[in-house]
Amino acid sequence: MTNEDIKKVVLDIIADIAPDEDLTAVKPEVRLRDQLSLDSMDFLDIVMELRKKHGIEVPEADYVRLSSLDSCAEYLLPKFQAKAGK
Amino acid sequence: MSPLPRIVITGVGLTAPNGNSIQEFRANLLEGRARIAEIEVRHMGRQPAGVCDFDATRWQKRKEVRNGTRAGSISIWCAREALADAGLAWDTLDRSRVGVYLGITEHGNVETENEIHNISQFGNDTKYWTHHHNPRTVANNPAGEVTMNMGITGPHYTIGAACAAGNAGLIQAAQMLQLREVDVAFAGGVSESIHTFGIFAGFKNQGALAAHADPAKASRPFDRGRNGIVISEGGAIYVLERLEDALARGARILGEIAGWCINSDATDAVLPNPDRQAECVRLALGRARMAPSDVHVVSTHATATALGDIQECKALREVFTGCPGTFINNTKSYIGHCMGAAGALELAGNLPSFEDGWVHPTINVDDLDPECELPGLVLNRPARPPRIEAILNNSFGMLGINSALIIKKYGVA
Repeated sequence: MTNEDIKKVVLDIIADIAPDEDLTAVKPEVRLRDQLSLDSMDFLDIVMELRKKHGIEVPEADYVRLSSLDSCAEYLLPKFQAKAGK
Repeated sequence: MSPLPRIVITGVGLTAPNGNSIQEFRANLLEGRARIAEIEVRHMGRQPAGVCDFDATRWQKRKEVRNGTRAGSISIWCAREALADAGLAWDTLDRSRVGVYLGITEHGNVETENEIHNISQFGNDTKYWTHHHNPRTVANNPAGEVTMNMGITGPHYTIGAACAAGNAGLIQAAQMLQLREVDVAFAGGVSESIHTFGIFAGFKNQGALAAHADPAKASRPFDRGRNGIVISEGGAIYVLERLEDALARGARILGEIAGWCINSDATDAVLPNPDRQAECVRLALGRARMAPSDVHVVSTHATATALGDIQECKALREVFTGCPGTFINNTKSYIGHCMGAAGALELAGNLPSFEDGWVHPTINVDDLDPECELPGLVLNRPARPPRIEAILNNSFGMLGINSALIIKKYGVA
């Protein structure tokens, strides 16, 4: 798994939960909420899909770490690697 | 005390298994075209069902469709189409004076069953239960989705009234308009029931679920071979206004709400009581200041259950014997039982008769049950009475709820 793989995982989830959004030019360093129409329920959807599709848990205190694609990659990469290493 | 304001219908939007506009729906009724599909029902295999094919994305973003409910999408479709039909000046209208009143038979079964199935894939761990569950299953959901989609800030709620719900939505709206709680109402009924196996299983185990090799022949009220209900989805929502407001804006008036009644059998949870049904019809006639012979079309509720049809025929015989100008039909024979939408859709099927002069028939009657014989029953071919100036719309439901709604052609004394 690489940072780019994680970003693709997150973008694939967003494509499902926010199907009206154009995801071709999402800036990885900019907060997702500042460039896409996403609300708090959508972020809960991202958390749920990470849990259901990838077995990754994001505790509520860490939701802030999902704010941009870059921060998602930084936060989630160790979790994916730990899971792959099991 | 001044008389209560008169209430009129100035727009209608609908989705039925055989039509997504009143024009398409009406044409199919007059041409005898039923449209019942076979769908895969969870745990139950293939079952006949009425399925709607409107394009939800005409009025909703895909995310709204995903996060909302099927009943919400049906409601939004119908309300938006009704608005377009009514020609209201929406951009300048005070939307705090608009109300949304939608009848439902049930709501929340679909989402609850889906989530129970969902967590069963994860060892029944409730951390996989969706956070969308509560906004999707609150009982006001279908009406609330309409307000969010259309920016309506007046009151909204649903009226739970079993299969009498479509009439109940219209009656509630008429009352709120008469009380001047709102100036415009979106009112009717909706149903998403084909997406819950529980409704199918409940009717099947009650001996009241239709089965037939040809789905289009499965819903056959009054026929001796009838064997139960075809469950369908759908919706019909009307724009209602006070007559004075409709006239002031030069609106086209599709009909006037002349009278209504809702009463209760207080006898049995599922077996209808013809005495109370007849009483309900008579009370509605009284409110409308009409005699039975003033009604030219009776839209029956009959669902094609063995006993229910007979009970309603007893009630109608009691009220309408000696009324040669009264014609009786049934719309479930084309579209199945649209549950919370049934009353509202069946009225929409008949409403154009004020203009076109025809009464669409009850179809699928190959062998009329003698216990369902009624003078004026329109079987298999449309009828053309000398005049059509009033429609009685019957809708009855479980727990003994009865509703009768009378619509008059506007401009008739």
